[in-house]
Amino acid sequence: MNIASIAAARTDDAIDRALRREKISIRNLSFHYASNRALNAISLPLYEHHVTAFIGPSGCGKSTLLRVLNRMYDLYPDQRAEGEVLVDGVDVLAPHQDVNLLRSRIGMVFQKPTPFPMSIYENIAFGARLYERLSAADLGMRVEQALRRAALWDEVKDKLATSGLSLSGGQQQRLCIARSIAVRPEVILLDEPCSALDPISTAKIEELIDELKEDYTIVIVTHNMQQAARVSDYTAFMYLGELVEFDATSRMFTSPGDKRTQDYITGRFG
Amino acid sequence: MSTLYRRRKRRDVIMMTLSFLATIVGVGWLVLILGVLVWEGLAGLSLRVFTEMTPPPGADGGLLNPIIGSLIITALAVAIGTPVGILAGTYMAEYGRHSRLSTVVRFVNDILLSAPSIVVGLFIYEVMVAPMGHFSGLAGAVALAVIVIPVVVRTTEDMLRLVPDQMREAAAALGIPRANVIRSICYRAAGAGMLTGVLLAIARISGETAPLLFTALNNQFFSTDLNAPMASLPAVIFQFALSPYKDWQKLAWTGALVITVAVLALSIVARALAAPRKMP
Ligand SMILES: Nc1ncnc2c1ncn2[C@@H]1O[C@H](COP(=O)(O)OP(=O)(O)O)[C@@H](O)[C@H]1O
Ligand SMILES: [Mg+2]
Repeated sequence: MNIASIAAARTDDAIDRALRREKISIRNLSFHYASNRALNAISLPLYEHHVTAFIGPSGCGKSTLLRVLNRMYDLYPDQRAEGEVLVDGVDVLAPHQDVNLLRSRIGMVFQKPTPFPMSIYENIAFGARLYERLSAADLGMRVEQALRRAALWDEVKDKLATSGLSLSGGQQQRLCIARSIAVRPEVILLDEPCSALDPISTAKIEELIDELKEDYTIVIVTHNMQQAARVSDYTAFMYLGELVEFDATSRMFTSPGDKRTQDYITGRFG
Repeated sequence: MSTLYRRRKRRDVIMMTLSFLATIVGVGWLVLILGVLVWEGLAGLSLRVFTEMTPPPGADGGLLNPIIGSLIITALAVAIGTPVGILAGTYMAEYGRHSRLSTVVRFVNDILLSAPSIVVGLFIYEVMVAPMGHFSGLAGAVALAVIVIPVVVRTTEDMLRLVPDQMREAAAALGIPRANVIRSICYRAAGAGMLTGVLLAIARISGETAPLLFTALNNQFFSTDLNAPMASLPAVIFQFALSPYKDWQKLAWTGALVITVAVLALSIVARALAAPRKMP
């Protein structure tokens, strides 16, 4: 099956234009690493309960865009963003925003799995415990729920006390997803979550993304066109810090509006 | 061709022989020192060393008061120096990583790290002993704390910098505040290394004599009063070893052996902790 038919088959009926709601609106967003501009006037909606894929060649600014959405760049003093990112209508780039609260609403999973140096149970309980006062029993439930949601429960239920670092790469990545879910975010950002994983783990995570969008708004950065076509409802194609094209995935992969998009998804460059 | 080869071969043999001899000389001294120390120290070692006070010349006695004194002074120095060192190291590696202040502190800290300890003793003498009007165990502990701090600052900063930024970002991405990230993630990941730093600092101050002579001085009697002069192993060794009395000299050797064994044990523990291992 070629990419176009994967995309068309999957998403034609997934989008109901009348019901979709903009969870996040990115407006005229530019970003600088010191004096180095990485994003240039990007405007883009992210629809609630849909999966949006960011695609584009390496270095085009996909990760940078994700890192603006949860203000991860705040950790580094010489990085700055201009423009607006409205989450439920509120500009989260405004200086008075509580960054930690924002990050608890917008979860992020990184390219390389990053379990904390603690037990599997603690890895998940750690974040959940911070924002809600949960009894031991409730916390246990929350951990189980998150692990089940991330399709990891059956594999780890007998060894919750062992180190998160003892898991395989695929399991670690699902642990990181479970960890994000346990905080009960509204949006989950995934930055090439499968690029370090084997095909079986990748399939598991793709399946997971499909289930998770019922409850969350999901953004995924991927280098894999097939993956973008399989899991996403919308696709944004970026090139050299600019947004070239944004559209429903089914249309993007069947009749791209821009020559560069066409070239990229058919593998002519990238 | 073959002469060139032979000349090279000869040079190789000479080089190897010289390196080997240098190694033997280096290790030889160490073995010799340890050998004499163990030989002389064991001769005076008995239970009495740990149960009796330092004797007047010609009488029987032990090293109880300097051992207790050293333990008190060292413990207090570590209690003062460790929190300061860890917090400063944390500032430099975490909050102030990109700040000018960190660069300055790092530079000053490196100087302090290699400052002669007699300078530290003299300094504390001026700011504590002279104003107070008398030597004291407290002044001794503060002097040693000044030596502990730069060691702990350095290891804390180095160890925290080894914690990958990805780990910090992953924690921050959950909305976990900076202070919790540092305490629960960074300290946990860097803990073994930081503890090693503290142990090395203890090993470093265990044998320090000069700063104590300016501050805690010495005490013939048992005393736990921090506001009075306090005995310590290095000061007693210094006094006894230079004395003309045979039994004092013997006790000095035994004291030296006690310190050496304690430091050796600390180093071994520190090494074991620092060795790469699975996280808990
Ligand atoms: N920490 C950084 N400092 C300076 N420049 C950076 C940094 N991270 C990324 N960049 C630059 O920003 C641009 C976008 O990078 P990135 O968002 O990581 O791209 P992508 O994720 O699409 O591969 C690249 O040109 C990259 O070199
Ligand atoms: Mg990237």
